[in-house]
Amino acid sequence: MCNRLALQGFGGILAVAQHEFVERERWLSDTEFLELMAAAQALPGPNVINLSIMLGQRHFGWRGVLAVLGGLLLLPGLLVVALAALASHQLHRPEVQGALRGMGLVAAGLLLGASWKLALPLRRSLLGPWAVAGLVLASLLLSAALRWPLVAVVALVGGLGMALAARKA
Amino acid sequence: MSAPELLAVAGQFALLSLLAFGGVNAILADSQRILVLQRGWLDEAGFAQAVALGQAAPGPNIMVVGVLGWMAAGPLGLLACLGGVLLPSTLLVWRFARWAEANRSHPLLLAFQRGCAPLVLGLSLSGAWVLVQPYTQAGWPAWTLVAAVAWGSARSKLPPLAWLVLGALGGVFGAW
Repeated sequence: MCNRLALQGFGGILAVAQHEFVERERWLSDTEFLELMAAAQALPGPNVINLSIMLGQRHFGWRGVLAVLGGLLLLPGLLVVALAALASHQLHRPEVQGALRGMGLVAAGLLLGASWKLALPLRRSLLGPWAVAGLVLASLLLSAALRWPLVAVVALVGGLGMALAARKA
Repeated sequence: MSAPELLAVAGQFALLSLLAFGGVNAILADSQRILVLQRGWLDEAGFAQAVALGQAAPGPNIMVVGVLGWMAAGPLGLLACLGGVLLPSTLLVWRFARWAEANRSHPLLLAFQRGCAPLVLGLSLSGAWVLVQPYTQAGWPAWTLVAAVAWGSARSKLPPLAWLVLGALGGVFGAW
C-alpha cells in the first residue's frame, strides 16, 4: 500500500497521500488528516514520512511503523540508486551534462515555487506581517549569505518566532 | 574518505535530521555547506545535479539526501547520509505520535507550529539560492527557465517531474 503511495509521488507526495489515506483507504477523516499533517509539519523530518509513521503507530503499533517505513523507502531507494549509478557512469557525455544542468535549474525553480506556496498561508499568521517578514529574511540572510550552521539559525530564528507566538497566543 | 570521516558525516546529518522542519528543503543549504564547503566531496555543480536527480526520482523528497551521499561517496555515503538523516527524526516522531494524541491543543505545540513557520520559508529560499550558485554565469535562457518554473509550479498543479523532464530535454539539445 505504501509502495503505491511512494511510486506515485514524484518529488512530493502530499496530494497523493491525502487521496490514498482519506479517499481510497478511508483510514482517516478529512479533519483527522489535517490534524496529523499539522503535527507532521511542526516536527523535524520529512513530512510524508512523519505522517505515515503517526498513521502506522495509530492503527497498527510498532509493526505498522516498520511496514510504513519499508514501503516508503525501499523501492524508491533502489530506483534512485540505479538512476544515480547510471548517470554517474555517463557524466562525461555532453547530452547528459546538458540534461543534468537543465534539471538543476528546474530544481531551483521548483524550490522557489514551493516557497511561494509556503508564503501564502503565512499572510494570515498570528505574528503579523512585519514579524513574519523579519524572521523570513533573518533566516535567509543567516543561512544563505553568512552560511551559519543550521543549528544556530534554527535556535536563533526559531526560538525568536516561538517566543513571539507564545506572547501573542 | 575514511570510515571516521563517513561516521562524522553521518553524525552531522543526524543533527540535521532533528532540524529538518518542513522536510528536506530546510536542510539543503546546510547539506551543501557540509558536503561541498567543509568536506569537498562534491563541487557546486555536482551538488545541484545530485539534488535534481533525487527530485526526479519517485518517492519521498528525502531521497535527495541519499543521492547526495551516493554521488559524494558511493554506497557507504548513501548509508551515512540517508541513515543519519532518517533515524533521529523517525524515533522522535514515533515518540511524539503517542504524546500528541493525548495533548492536541497544548499551548507549547501551538507556539511551536506558528513560531517556526517563517523559519521554514526562509530556509527553503536559502536552499533555492544555493542551488542557482553554480549557474550564476549562465545566460538569460537559464534565468528565464528558473523564473518560468518558479512561476509555473506555484500556479499549476503539474507534478514536479513534468518540469524536470522539460529541463532535461531542453538541456540535451543545449537550450540552456
